[in-house]
Amino acid sequence: MDMIRRTVLKGASATGVLAGLLAAGVLKPTLAYASDWNKAAFEAKDPDTALKAIGAEGGSANKDLVMKAPDIAENGAVVPVDVTSNIPNTTSLSILVLKNASPLASHFEFANGANADVAVRLKVGETSIIRAIAKADGKFYNAQKEVKVTVGGCGG
Amino acid sequence: MADPMKIRAAMKGDVCEIRVLMSHAMETGMRKDSDGKTIPAHFIQTLTVALNGKAVVSGQAAPSVSRNPVFGFKVKGAKSGDKVTVSWVDNKGDKRSDEATVA
Repeated sequence: MDMIRRTVLKGASATGVLAGLLAAGVLKPTLAYASDWNKAAFEAKDPDTALKAIGAEGGSANKDLVMKAPDIAENGAVVPVDVTSNIPNTTSLSILVLKNASPLASHFEFANGANADVAVRLKVGETSIIRAIAKADGKFYNAQKEVKVTVGGCGG
Repeated sequence: MADPMKIRAAMKGDVCEIRVLMSHAMETGMRKDSDGKTIPAHFIQTLTVALNGKAVVSGQAAPSVSRNPVFGFKVKGAKSGDKVTVSWVDNKGDKRSDEATVA
């Protein structure tokens, strides 16, 4: 009798914990969509390898892909970069800092009505070209801009 | 668990502008402390933005995203009162999820 009670209690507390986690939003099933971190792409040491790993390519320049970044960044640790794709059906955007030790800085995928529009702040180690790659209808487009850095943002 | 995020979501015309400030060290793993020891990498790897429980943006980040990262997104088809949920996971498995209501 006692044994059964114990098992039941055990089971009850286990499901209780699970329900608690669900309520706290830790295990939200709808958010399981988040893609896994692409280790190979983010640890690649050159832009081409990184793009290949994330399933993208350099693509062609397109004026409908707009990137805003400062001409000169006084502080390389915080460089605001704003990328907007006006290319129809843009599904993903990747941002690379070509001179950084690992060029790929971030990658975003859009669904359910999200505009292909991203604002981020990046660390830029030295004066470098920042390049955005957009994917639309299976084709790739790019836009880029050189940002001059007076104080580097990587390393001490 | 890390400090809460600051999420602002507001309608601008027919587009909902979402801005998120995450509180995170974003260590690159290349910096050294005063004793010359390398500070281990600690950074956000994946993030998700959901509108009313439906994922709209899923992102991956490298350590080259700034400390205490700020992200801005724009979503169509949202309306005032909708629920925005932002969550992230870092390379140590730490995670955080916060909600805001579209103004």
